[in-house]
Amino acid sequence: MNQWKNFTKGFIRENPILVLVLGTCPTLATTSSAINGISMGLATTFVLVGSNVVISLVAKMIPDKVRIPAYVVVIASFVTIVDLTMQAYVPAIYATLGIFIPLIVVNCIVLGRAEAFANKNTVLSSLVDGVGMGLGFAMALGVLGAIREVLGSGALFGMKLMNQGALVFVLAPGAFIALGYLIAVVNKIKK
Amino acid sequence: MARKDTFINMTMTLLVITAVPAILLGFVYKFTKEPIIQVKKDNLKKSINLVVPGADKGTVTEFGVKPAEGTDSLFFYEVVVNEVRIGTAVKSYTDKGFAGRFTIMVGFDTTGNIIDSDMLEHKETPGLGDKASKSKTTWNEQFKGKKPGEFKLLVKKDGGDVDAITAATISSRAYCDALQRAFDTYSAYYKLNSESVSTTDKAKGGNE
Repeated sequence: MNQWKNFTKGFIRENPILVLVLGTCPTLATTSSAINGISMGLATTFVLVGSNVVISLVAKMIPDKVRIPAYVVVIASFVTIVDLTMQAYVPAIYATLGIFIPLIVVNCIVLGRAEAFANKNTVLSSLVDGVGMGLGFAMALGVLGAIREVLGSGALFGMKLMNQGALVFVLAPGAFIALGYLIAVVNKIKK
Repeated sequence: MARKDTFINMTMTLLVITAVPAILLGFVYKFTKEPIIQVKKDNLKKSINLVVPGADKGTVTEFGVKPAEGTDSLFFYEVVVNEVRIGTAVKSYTDKGFAGRFTIMVGFDTTGNIIDSDMLEHKETPGLGDKASKSKTTWNEQFKGKKPGEFKLLVKKDGGDVDAITAATISSRAYCDALQRAFDTYSAYYKLNSESVSTTDKAKGGNE
């Protein structure tokens, strides 16, 4: 397998949010600013890489009927590691992301990659897939967060650009609108 | 490919796959426990020191006081420097926030004036309600040095003296509600209603 292609597919061709439209709940909820989106994306990337590697290692030893609970346990363990580590070392970011960190457990991107990729491929491919998919997710969240932050609160990475933004972009409807247009743009690029 | 789905295989797999992470997570928990407690302590200390400057030089005693209204106790952090109470930080809450409950920390001096206040944990809308927090704007500076009772803790729309945050009247009202609850509880606890407030209070401070 071509590892470079495997790596880049997460960014545009098979981007988890913009093309596969997976994991939209944390996407819509945590992208009120660019930094929140990127932090969420990186936390998910860590979980994705960890679970992909471990699952590709142990997949052959797990009986088919119990594979989903087994994967969920692996994913939940990595999420708990992220959760505790963020609480201890980046409390400011943890305070804003809060509940959405434990919810990475049920993020369908993570279980989706385990089921669709990691359990059929080698450790190296799964690692590359996890990094690519995770960074693609982080990138999409960052872009979406930046768009909403600029339009909604008139700032970027906390720096003021304008005095007043359009309120709707900070709230949930703005997340849907921004995501919709972003998907449209990516679809145009892909063609 | 995968191992056979026999009962023993499935049980053993699940046992191993839960036991190994459990041990690993035990270690992670052990390593992060201290920093997490430290972070919480630091945050508390910082917010007490913000609303009652000088708290880091004195001793802080923590206790809960039940408010007249509302279900949960407020936390009082009594600051004593050189055996004299210089003020008390009160951790108050409101259930009237735009996204439910949020907590604030407010410091009162011995006569009941607000020294300063800030928002602690909240889920208010980013860019709107969260402007009540010091990390975002200087909105809550308007309460500095004000005495509830003389300064009406209601937004101007409701006939009070508080400038509401633009487009976040609900959050502003909620902040006032939390301040009011803190002040009511505080004045009831230290019996601030009598005219000889300062003298009784000094006597009280000397005893502590």
